[in-house]
Amino acid sequence: MHIPDGYLSPATCATMYAASAPFWYVALRRVRKKLHTKLVPRVSLFAAFSFVVMMFNLPLPGGTTGHAVGIGLATVVLGPWAAMLAVSIAIVIQALFFGDGGITAIGANCFNMAIVGALVAYAVYRPLSKRWPVAGAGLAGYIAINASALLAAIEFGLQPVWYRDAAGAPLYCPYPLSVTIPAMMIGHLTIAGFAELFISAGVVAFLRRSDPAMLESGAVSRPVPIWAALGVLLVLTPLGILAAGSAWGEWVASDFSNPATRAQIAAQSLHQQPPAQAPRGLARLSTLWTAPFARYAPPFVNSISFGYLLSAMFGTGLVLLSCIAVIRLLR
Amino acid sequence: MTFLEKTVEGIYGAMTRALEAEHSAARTGMLQQFDPRAKTLGLFALIAASALSRRLWPIGALLIVAIVLTVLSRISIRTLVSRVWVGAFLFTGAIAIPALFLTPGTPIGSSPITRQGVTTASFLILRVETATTLAMLLVFTTPWAHVLKTLRVFRVPALLVAILGMTWRYILLLLETAHDMFESRRSRTIGALRGPEQRHIAVATAGVLLNRSSQLSGDVFLAMQSRGFRGEVRVLDDFRMALRDWFALAGFAAFAAAAVWAGR
Repeated sequence: MHIPDGYLSPATCATMYAASAPFWYVALRRVRKKLHTKLVPRVSLFAAFSFVVMMFNLPLPGGTTGHAVGIGLATVVLGPWAAMLAVSIAIVIQALFFGDGGITAIGANCFNMAIVGALVAYAVYRPLSKRWPVAGAGLAGYIAINASALLAAIEFGLQPVWYRDAAGAPLYCPYPLSVTIPAMMIGHLTIAGFAELFISAGVVAFLRRSDPAMLESGAVSRPVPIWAALGVLLVLTPLGILAAGSAWGEWVASDFSNPATRAQIAAQSLHQQPPAQAPRGLARLSTLWTAPFARYAPPFVNSISFGYLLSAMFGTGLVLLSCIAVIRLLR
Repeated sequence: MTFLEKTVEGIYGAMTRALEAEHSAARTGMLQQFDPRAKTLGLFALIAASALSRRLWPIGALLIVAIVLTVLSRISIRTLVSRVWVGAFLFTGAIAIPALFLTPGTPIGSSPITRQGVTTASFLILRVETATTLAMLLVFTTPWAHVLKTLRVFRVPALLVAILGMTWRYILLLLETAHDMFESRRSRTIGALRGPEQRHIAVATAGVLLNRSSQLSGDVFLAMQSRGFRGEVRVLDDFRMALRDWFALAGFAAFAAAAVWAGR
């Protein structure tokens, strides 16, 4: 999961540094305010702990072994913002000293593991922390590492779409999303995810017996302004329009008659030419429902970026309203 | 090899690698003599150039420059091969070799390998080897304290620099603690352990280590406070750029610019 140098283009690396910077800034401010003079020793010691725990060879059911990253555990004990800093520092040291992850990819690795990992672990652990803290910590670690792996797979898979030489050879990671996602996720859903699950759940169970006070100061102590984090992610959504063309298998009927899109479909499908016209069934069924914000571009908005942002806000609002409705119905 | 032996060996390997970097940074080679700021900026520029180049030969030329710098800095090629190249090749090769067959394009003769596949795999392996060699050169020729001071040139907040510095010191301490815990457990263990027992040991060791880290952070905080620490971090900065360092920086910049231009 630690992306080395050379797998991502410089533009992707720069984008990932830019995406991580606001989170580092907010995390540093928040943690400094909370810990003040204790910040330096506490974050340092936990960053060192995260690093060392990554070296543990954890035996897993089935005879294999795996390494945990410690995202779930750091979030449970420190809270999401301090965990973001501690895991980021551990990633920087791994890249500089041990060649585990590239220097140009530090932004991407920190975004995937430290930032998104900590936020996902927090979102999973917090609602479960009161009733099922041990299971909650394990689940938080499992889902967080898989979310991080999925992000890394997407970053890998977008490289051949964007960066090729004149002869069509990919310049960086050569595999499309259809290969990178299963390749990354199979290993993480089965091995690395369970290593993270065992270490998070096991250590939380251990701390509940030996030092329960340690669990009081982390993710359960004070709610994170998850809305603020969500807001930053919403503002970053126009980055999605950097991805040119359609994803494989997401074509509309008109794409089959457009020469530029046809060339793109052929390039993404091992140079197999698409049919001259849209398949009849596809053409018929595609007119059944016309989405109000088709292709994330509301018809009443001229700016593509603003339309994308508006779609993200609308979608997020709809998801939140649906969640509230389901929770009310279940009460 | 049992899981206890594997873990002990892994931790010991990490400690050895960390200390080896400190030893080689103290030697009197070419890169060791340059100002850390010129060296860091220069090596970063070469890494960026290897990522930006869209042709193979400029990346190959950068790798040759990196090898020459390694020799002139009195770092053995054996260390370079064993610490950097083998690991990078094994990891990248596992990803690059299938690309020979899976990348669509013009087949080479009647083989399933495509021309584009060969280009892609070569790009990937060459870029990774070049970037890791250059990154290794920075760490193996610069004491960690100087790397940290150099980060201030890049406007990294002093607080983060202090955390990085302290983290490095405590990584060594915690590695030693974890090593001792696993080693003592291994010396008390007779026969093979079952899977759940092994997991129990690993998790309990992590828990004890976390507890010790927490206690240690409290002790360190009190020690810092008693020495007058009030939350403000000051980094001593006494680097001086000599004429030699300006020439070195100009040389690095010229190589990087030439590689980007040739590889555009």
